[in-house]
Amino acid sequence: MAQSVFAPWADPNEKPLIQFRNVTKRFGDFTAIDDLTLDIFRREFFALLGPSGCGKTTLMRMLAGFEAPTEGTITLDGKDISPVPPHKREVNMMFQSYALFPHLTVYDNIAFGLKRSDMSRDEIAARVEQMLKMVQLQKFARRKPHQISGGQRQRVALARSLAKAPKLLLLDEPLGALDRKLREETQFELMDIQEKTGTTFVIVTHDQEEAMTVASRVAVMDHGKVIQVDTPDRIYETPNCVYVADFIGDVNLIEGNAYPAGDDRVSIEWAEGQPGIIATPAGAVEAGARITFAIRPEKVAICRDRPEDLPNAVRGRILDIAYLGNISTYHVALPSGHVIKAQTANDRRIARRSFTWEDEVWLGWTATAGVVLTQ
Amino acid sequence: MRRLTWFNATSLTLGFAFLYLPMLILIVFSFNASKLVTVWAGFSTQWYGELLRNEAFLDAAWVTLKVGLASSTLATVLGTMAAYVMVRGGRFFGRTLFSGMIYAPLVMPEVITGLSLLLLFISIGLDRGVFTIVLAHTTFSMCYVSVVVSSRLVSFDRSIEEAALDLGCTPFDAFRSVTLPIIAPAVISGWLLAFTLSLDDLVIASFTAGPSATTLPIKIFSSVRLGVSPEINALSTIMIGIVAVGVITASLVSKRMIARQARDEQQAVHS
Ligand SMILES: Nc1ncnc2c1ncn2[C@@H]1O[C@H](COP(=O)(O)OP(=O)(O)OP(=O)(O)O)[C@@H](O)[C@H]1O
Ligand SMILES: [Mg+2]
Repeated sequence: MAQSVFAPWADPNEKPLIQFRNVTKRFGDFTAIDDLTLDIFRREFFALLGPSGCGKTTLMRMLAGFEAPTEGTITLDGKDISPVPPHKREVNMMFQSYALFPHLTVYDNIAFGLKRSDMSRDEIAARVEQMLKMVQLQKFARRKPHQISGGQRQRVALARSLAKAPKLLLLDEPLGALDRKLREETQFELMDIQEKTGTTFVIVTHDQEEAMTVASRVAVMDHGKVIQVDTPDRIYETPNCVYVADFIGDVNLIEGNAYPAGDDRVSIEWAEGQPGIIATPAGAVEAGARITFAIRPEKVAICRDRPEDLPNAVRGRILDIAYLGNISTYHVALPSGHVIKAQTANDRRIARRSFTWEDEVWLGWTATAGVVLTQ
Repeated sequence: MRRLTWFNATSLTLGFAFLYLPMLILIVFSFNASKLVTVWAGFSTQWYGELLRNEAFLDAAWVTLKVGLASSTLATVLGTMAAYVMVRGGRFFGRTLFSGMIYAPLVMPEVITGLSLLLLFISIGLDRGVFTIVLAHTTFSMCYVSVVVSSRLVSFDRSIEEAALDLGCTPFDAFRSVTLPIIAPAVISGWLLAFTLSLDDLVIASFTAGPSATTLPIKIFSSVRLGVSPEINALSTIMIGIVAVGVITASLVSKRMIARQARDEQQAVHS
């Protein structure tokens, strides 16, 4: 994969395209962005993830020039952008509300920015056709925004922001209203555009899978702060706190006290009368420290007999089965009252599934399957 | 639909009678052959002919038209600008004062507006005539325009303008190519409102008109004091006709626009 080679954030000589330095944005008393420091590099596909109201749109609007930071500086290409008005920034934004021009046709909406550049008439026409084709809206070119559906409007907004091929493209939930198939196609289209043009993308999404698919790095935000910035796989595999682990994907969280168990391992006392969970923390953990053990359901094996080869094994009873087609999630109740989720791929037909409700089963995992979180 | 009860029918009749009976009488008597206003002596259109030959009335009509067109256009430009600043300008020093002052003429008694303008014109030595009436009418109708336009501005999504800026428009270009087309219906109805107000106005015009320029309402008012003539009836009938046609056209056009929009939106949902 190209992404594994592309890692400017790991190179200390690389200059970031965008730098947020201790940026704070307040609306009255309300702090929407709280002392945020962040680097985004050229050619990155940077995804912002976070719950509603955590400040994703505000961050974008500061880059586009519609809001000024209350404190701190934002630099683009090393230059402070605060004195540059929106229309002079080489930044285009796709608005969460689409913000299409209601009095213009789909065609003219897409051509709007191009007409304000030094492109010739023919070039504009060709470019708009190309954009219409990409978002599959050729048939709707003559319609006004109120004459097309919500998903179609979203595609017009996307095409309009892409048309000018800016240096930096801000997409605020660009694909939320599209059906799965079209969304996946457009995701690949976006990645393709990014490869071809070298544009830097900052994308807001509520869809983790989308962030995982398209992004070179993901920033998880909460209450105006960036909690963790990392590549999608590292965000998923090694979250730095309970919040991130819980926010991204499905996770089992078990609280307990960690005690050294040799070989960089710890044993986690988590329930009365149960053997300690053997885990491998990333850093040193104080003996007896209160920690949270996080493990993804797909890393928990479910079997009928005790898995002898695994250092961790607990017994429980199946409470519930969520069948998702390709995979099933088993909710297993332990005698301690914990409910652990275990996921298996459904490589057999449903009639031949090995477990059913109320079955007594064993759950097991390796010493490195989970992470030990200290906060 | 529910049937009208006798109570509803009576209220309806009474209401209409109160509103339109006086006008109806006026229209009927404008076609009276007799010179006596209250005695019917057969149908005739002679007073309309007389009217066309009456230089004083024609002059007044011409002045009224000029004043109406000029003042409503000026008021629309200024009122739209004021509305834009108030709705989009964000917080600036003296904003509350400014908005209060724009809307003050709405509640100010016309006599006071007229009088103060008169004093102003005298003190700066401006000769009263068409120009002063235009200024006066612009002053008081501008606030109506800005009320109409700002209600439209408030209801439309700011991000549309931001999108225009984002795509490379200067703020002025964004206003011209995005904001203005969207608020155009409100601007047009503001203009119509200003024009009607100017056409109707008697009080402020009396204060600010000079001997050289008389508007139609002033002319009618002063000639009525010498007794109502059938000519006045004819003139008023024409004015009623113009206003009625204007109002009906405006409401039909806006109704059709709303209906079309609703239909389009429905299509968008069903497609
Ligand atoms: N102009 C404003 N005035 C006051 N508060 C604002 C303003 N704009 C945003 N906020 C507040 O700032 C916070 C962050 O808003 P923002 O739009 O950035 O959220 P978001 O992360 O984009 O959320 P969502 O996922 O729902 O779009 C919210 O609590 C919001 O209420
Ligand atoms: Mg948002």
